[in-house]
Amino acid sequence: MSEVHHGSYYVPHSSVWPIVGSVGLFTTMLGGANWLNGHSNTLFIIGLSIMIVMLFGWFGTVIRESEGGFYNAQMDRSFRWGMSWFIFSEVMFFAAFFGALFYAREFALPWLGGSAESKFGTHEFLWPNFETHWPTNGPGFVGGSFEVMGAWGLPAINTLILLSSGVTVTWAHWGLLKNNRRQLIIGLAATVALGFLFVTLQAIEYSHAYQHMNLKLSTGIYGSTFFMLTGFHGLHVTMGAIILSVVLFRSIAGHFTAEKHFAFEAAAWYWHFVDVVWLGLFVFVYWL
Amino acid sequence: MSATTAHDTHHDDHAAPRGLMRWLTTTNHKDIGTLYLLFSLTMFFVGGSFALVIRAELFQPGLQIVNPHFFNQMTTMHALVMIFGAVMPAFVGLANWLIPMMVGAPDMALPRMNNWSFWIMPFAFTLLLSTLFMDGGGPAGGWTLYPPLSLQTGAAFPFVILSIHMMGVSSVMGAINVIATILNMRAPGMTLMRMPLFVWTWLITAYLLIAVMPVLAGAVTMLLTDKYFGTSFFNAAGGGDPVMFQHIFWFFGHPEVYIMILPAFGIVSQIIPTFARKPLFGYASMVYATASIAFLSFIVWAHHMFTVGMPLAGELFFMYATMLIAVPTGVKVFNWVATMWRGSMTFETPMLFAIAFVVLFTIGGFSGLMLAIAPADFQYQDTYFVVAHFHYVLVPGAIFSIMAAAYYWLPKWTGHRYDEKLGRLHFWCSAIGVNVLFFPQHFLGLAGMPRRIPDYALQFTEFNMISSVGAFMFGFSQLIFLYVVIKCIRGGEPAGDRVWEGAHGLEWTLSSPPPHHSFQTPPEIKEAEAHS
Repeated sequence: MSEVHHGSYYVPHSSVWPIVGSVGLFTTMLGGANWLNGHSNTLFIIGLSIMIVMLFGWFGTVIRESEGGFYNAQMDRSFRWGMSWFIFSEVMFFAAFFGALFYAREFALPWLGGSAESKFGTHEFLWPNFETHWPTNGPGFVGGSFEVMGAWGLPAINTLILLSSGVTVTWAHWGLLKNNRRQLIIGLAATVALGFLFVTLQAIEYSHAYQHMNLKLSTGIYGSTFFMLTGFHGLHVTMGAIILSVVLFRSIAGHFTAEKHFAFEAAAWYWHFVDVVWLGLFVFVYWL
Repeated sequence: MSATTAHDTHHDDHAAPRGLMRWLTTTNHKDIGTLYLLFSLTMFFVGGSFALVIRAELFQPGLQIVNPHFFNQMTTMHALVMIFGAVMPAFVGLANWLIPMMVGAPDMALPRMNNWSFWIMPFAFTLLLSTLFMDGGGPAGGWTLYPPLSLQTGAAFPFVILSIHMMGVSSVMGAINVIATILNMRAPGMTLMRMPLFVWTWLITAYLLIAVMPVLAGAVTMLLTDKYFGTSFFNAAGGGDPVMFQHIFWFFGHPEVYIMILPAFGIVSQIIPTFARKPLFGYASMVYATASIAFLSFIVWAHHMFTVGMPLAGELFFMYATMLIAVPTGVKVFNWVATMWRGSMTFETPMLFAIAFVVLFTIGGFSGLMLAIAPADFQYQDTYFVVAHFHYVLVPGAIFSIMAAAYYWLPKWTGHRYDEKLGRLHFWCSAIGVNVLFFPQHFLGLAGMPRRIPDYALQFTEFNMISSVGAFMFGFSQLIFLYVVIKCIRGGEPAGDRVWEGAHGLEWTLSSPPPHHSFQTPPEIKEAEAHS
């Protein structure tokens, strides 16, 4: 791993963007906390705006340095490690919510229903009539009666959309490797379009759930796990689509070569990651 | 465009901003390491003053100084500040200073992100500490934030949760940087199994951080939505379960414990060979033991919740898995002792702290083994025995290793020798103080005194008094450390490159203080000089 050292590792100058990011993050969090406490959301919005400015400034600098040829193969590997481990951290974030779903279904609910291995008394003393089933909003019927989101309508279509977008982004990558700009740009544009189509269909599904199914974030453990898992996933798809859009604009501007295009690959990795998470969601949240 | 490669530093020095802007915008691993260490020292005193409030109140039974609600805020904030503000940033600061020098790199792999990881921290703690001044006060339900109690926190709640999110973001970025640096920036010949143990332990720690900080983020996010958005994750009426929080929290929490001790193992493994003037005994076994501890840390979490109501199979599994950790930990302790065996030992301050670490951490390890026995834990759960246990591994464990590291590398960082006499005074005051402080707490716990309680039954008075005396002794001894550090930064006898005659490793081949970019051309690593 340590063959390609020639003593000219790129060390960037001091940069103003991280501290701008810290101030932005602080303002966002302070504003968010105030908002949750019932005050105005002005600070929150100001904070987010600072964060957006920071992202433009920081990534702008990195893109200029990259196009200026400052990055050697070793720098490229640092970026690769960075992105891989970032995606791993995201996997673990989703693992917490999947863990909550599995724990509720495999342990908490059977015990609430008085299953044989539970000797904890919750069932007997609090809710003797509760029988375990899934989906449920619990023995307290939190949120009232609701309809269950089926797997084979919009969610199945969304699965096809995301899987197809995985194909288009790979096709775009082949285009880039063959120096075929047209294929690169068409493939990326199709991926971005599929991504935003997915998010739109999710929004339609959510609004249907809220308006016609009485299925809400507050619908017991089913509503909680359903909306938190699909919601965070939707947020990640949106971010992935924005990242791919940036890569698309850079491709149109003539960035990337067949040999050096880490930003493209990072975006594609991220896209495949949200794709895989979706498959988990489709199986465990919608289907089983 | 302003840019430089590592070999033209003179250009770099011209353009570098000065004054406050230098520190706000720095991308230099040494500047950022210094910032981390100074931040950690500040938080050490802040968290320490909270601890002294606790010990002052517990000096005698009854309520004298603070009301119970404020007492609970102190126990909660003491833990949050010490864990996330003192111990973790100290290790990140050491990683920043040392890893590039130890692997022969010019800087960290991702220097701008390095700056961001640090500068999130002061803002996160501003958010957290500000809650003490709010109506209803800060969080008072314990640092573990168990629902439903923690959900009764007032206006402070979202501030606490969001500050924890910020600390998590900082930790994950810091850890990614460490891994990228270790995997990608090693000098030619610095193979993985030639890396100094501090680097190895940090590689594994960074992996743990990336694996579990997001899980904590998930857990506290669920708390936030349970409180503000009507979700039922931890509400049995909605089909959730408050115990589920404990499972998710401790899935983070137990690896977190090792996040705070593995770098300490690394530090001690650097220092003991230097002052025993012998190579580390069993280098490879140290690496494998560290990896085994990290692996086991993921499958032992429920030993924190033996009394919560788990099926028997769960109790047994977590009990035996926990006891397994004693095996790799025993390997480590054996190796440190074997390194000292027949060495020509001298007892400078870093070595004193390192030896105290080996002895006192082992006491904490043994009490941990007692707590691992599920039926016995039913008696010890939530008593002062638990408090004594984890303070033995965290104070004469983690904190002593950080002190040892500070004394060991201060001459390298500043170019000056520290005041050895005062260093030894600091050590003896700390070592005696910490035992007077925490050893009686074992007895209190075994006799049944519960933790997180501002008042207690009369029969606990004597040991509490002794413990409080030890607390003030230990606390005020740390002012000696502060004085030694300031004195050493301001001046002193020149340290020379190889500060300690028995020291091995790349950092000692650099000048003291080291140049702006540590290694401008990668050094060639020979087998003999590989690790100490």
